[in-house]
Amino acid sequence: MTSSPRLSLSVPEPAFRPGDTPDYSGVTFPEAGSVQRPPVDVNPEEIRDLAFTIIRVLDRNGEAVGPWAEALSPDELRKGLRDMLTLRAYDARMLMAQRQGKTSFYMQHLGEEAVSCAFQRALRPGDMNFPTYRQAGLLIAGGYPLVKMMCQVYSNDGDSARGRQLPVFYSSREHGFFSISGNLATQYVQAVGWSMASAITGDSKIAVGWIGEGATAENDFHAALVFASTYKAPVVLNVVNNQWAISTFQGIARGGSGTFAARGLGFGIPTLRVDGNDYLAVLAVAKWATERARLNLGPTLVEYVTYRAGGHSTSDDPSAYRPKEESNAWPLGDPVLRLKAHLIAVGEWSEERHTQAEAEVMDTVIAAQREAEEIGTLHTGRKPSPRDMFEDVYATMPPHLLRQRHEAGY
Amino acid sequence: MNGDGTAAPRLRLTYRDAVREAIRDALTRDERVFLMGEDVGRYGGCYAVSKGLLAEFGEDRIRDTPLSESAFVGAGIGAALNGMRPIVEVMTVNFSLLALDQIVNNAATIPHMSGGQFAVPLVIRMATGSGRQLAAQHSHSLEGWYAHIPGLKILAPATLEDARGMLWTAIEDPNPVLIFENVQLYDMEGELPADAGPVDITRAAIRREGKHASVVTFGGSVPKAVAAAETLAGEGVDVEVVDLRSLRPLDDATIMASVAKTHRVLVVDEGWRSGGLSAEVSARINEQVFYELDAPVARLAGVEVPIPYPKHLEDASVPQADTIAAALREMVGRR
Repeated sequence: MTSSPRLSLSVPEPAFRPGDTPDYSGVTFPEAGSVQRPPVDVNPEEIRDLAFTIIRVLDRNGEAVGPWAEALSPDELRKGLRDMLTLRAYDARMLMAQRQGKTSFYMQHLGEEAVSCAFQRALRPGDMNFPTYRQAGLLIAGGYPLVKMMCQVYSNDGDSARGRQLPVFYSSREHGFFSISGNLATQYVQAVGWSMASAITGDSKIAVGWIGEGATAENDFHAALVFASTYKAPVVLNVVNNQWAISTFQGIARGGSGTFAARGLGFGIPTLRVDGNDYLAVLAVAKWATERARLNLGPTLVEYVTYRAGGHSTSDDPSAYRPKEESNAWPLGDPVLRLKAHLIAVGEWSEERHTQAEAEVMDTVIAAQREAEEIGTLHTGRKPSPRDMFEDVYATMPPHLLRQRHEAGY
Repeated sequence: MNGDGTAAPRLRLTYRDAVREAIRDALTRDERVFLMGEDVGRYGGCYAVSKGLLAEFGEDRIRDTPLSESAFVGAGIGAALNGMRPIVEVMTVNFSLLALDQIVNNAATIPHMSGGQFAVPLVIRMATGSGRQLAAQHSHSLEGWYAHIPGLKILAPATLEDARGMLWTAIEDPNPVLIFENVQLYDMEGELPADAGPVDITRAAIRREGKHASVVTFGGSVPKAVAAAETLAGEGVDVEVVDLRSLRPLDDATIMASVAKTHRVLVVDEGWRSGGLSAEVSARINEQVFYELDAPVARLAGVEVPIPYPKHLEDASVPQADTIAAALREMVGRR
């Protein structure tokens, strides 16, 4: 009888922990421009390699290179930069507002601004996003008023959700931003279902599901891929891999799979992996994936490789689980600086204009903040009445709820 | 009534047929309606409710899905958000627990948490209850759990008329509505007018008038309670049977009016006793009409075990006509 080894488990560990010096010099990324751009009606079997590479457009010199580089007008580029600057300034102010006690909770996008700001540019009115935590760029790039976002964060009387949601859980039907679920991944199957309805009714609108890499471990992620694959639903399924799910590094959810994008391969869903800190690459991939959906070619899975430079939320301290220097060492750079470098390289921007734009953006954000705070913050000013919380549970208030409202004194 | 003032012809059919007619009618009347679930198409549903509908309406409207409750309920929510009126069939209430997150954390909360921007006009039908010798994981009665959840409407059709008419009203309701079809009722036969239409889903109903005691119950226990009442009628005890019909919201007024009339009440619930719907109904009666009572509120509920497989054990685990009759005799002092 042969002797069997004592059984044991594998526990993936991140490359660096607090106290380590992060060093990515051994990690190689494909050069910008080096990855093929297939036609949108490609057989998914022919692009399996795209699940293991990274589509990049902006090179080290700020040039847009390769088959995924699209001709964007200077105004479109500047709009992209301004959107990202606005989101960053908005985050900075709201993070500070949380520290000042004006709200209890906040989640910033630092380092991930390109993903949602660029993706929004591929959408049309009527399309619907089913977002998760770090896609407020969809709202900002889509022109949703900053004041309304802030009122939601402050849960004041200007909050259209009337204090019924955690800060940053925005919702705007008009701006194609469904709502956010704290029970992760539920939105993924809803996105597929929404897009199925579009197809059943012969409409042209598409849906976009968003999920973080950590939440791909949830059942609904896999079930959504089954449904999208089975019915070839007109949906784009985005996985934002920002490396960290609170303190859980991406390897815990990824397991033995080479990449998160590779999850799509077993479902026969065309899958792309893209540099999430490259505004131009994100936009090009977003256009490719949304075009597939619009042409009734079915779903696309996209993994955005990025880095969550801040904490998960204001409730955690990242230095407890990763080196403080890790975000600076992250090899894909900063999305704002990279698009700025590109604009300068093409002669449509300058350091002076950038400094001026940052100041303008901050003024705009501060003016909006002042306006929101005139209504109120979490603890001051005008707040939603407790009377309101009894509304919208049912379209028509049933007698028991009316009685409970009366008993509560409203 | 028909337009010429004559009554529509009456059709003989089963509860199962009535549900099927309701679905067919909804599909015919409203192009936004479609049916989705496991085995609802080619197989016709595991309780044969949707048999024939695929051939009649096609695959866009009768959709067999992959086996993922969370996904087809979640996709139903998504489709409802996009203007459709989906009917999602979950094979049995036990399986619906795989979709609990979608139902409780999402369908029930979205209209509220979005500030009223997004409605979820979704109907979820599911089989519930014991009596088919399918053991614990296919036989429980968890509708009382769902009746705990704000934002949901919970219906338990116990008659052919309700099996036929509640779906219509539920589909037109802007809120998510869960309809629980007790498996013991599917073969129940009766008559309905050919033009049977929608029914109110806010009120409980008196299924049998009586003056000595009330039984408050719902779903599969309604015929059992009526049978028990008939037995007691032969013993000179006149029992009123209240069918809750809507488990959420509850129609307090009808319950209390019956208690105020008979002064004795037995609450019968096939679900488990502790923390169950019978406890809620009992508490409300004590809160609202305590001084009308001539005896303590009595309860008869499922015994608190996972439902077993063989018939004699299954029968022993939930209220039956004879145990309801015995409980009534005890309550009115006729042992």
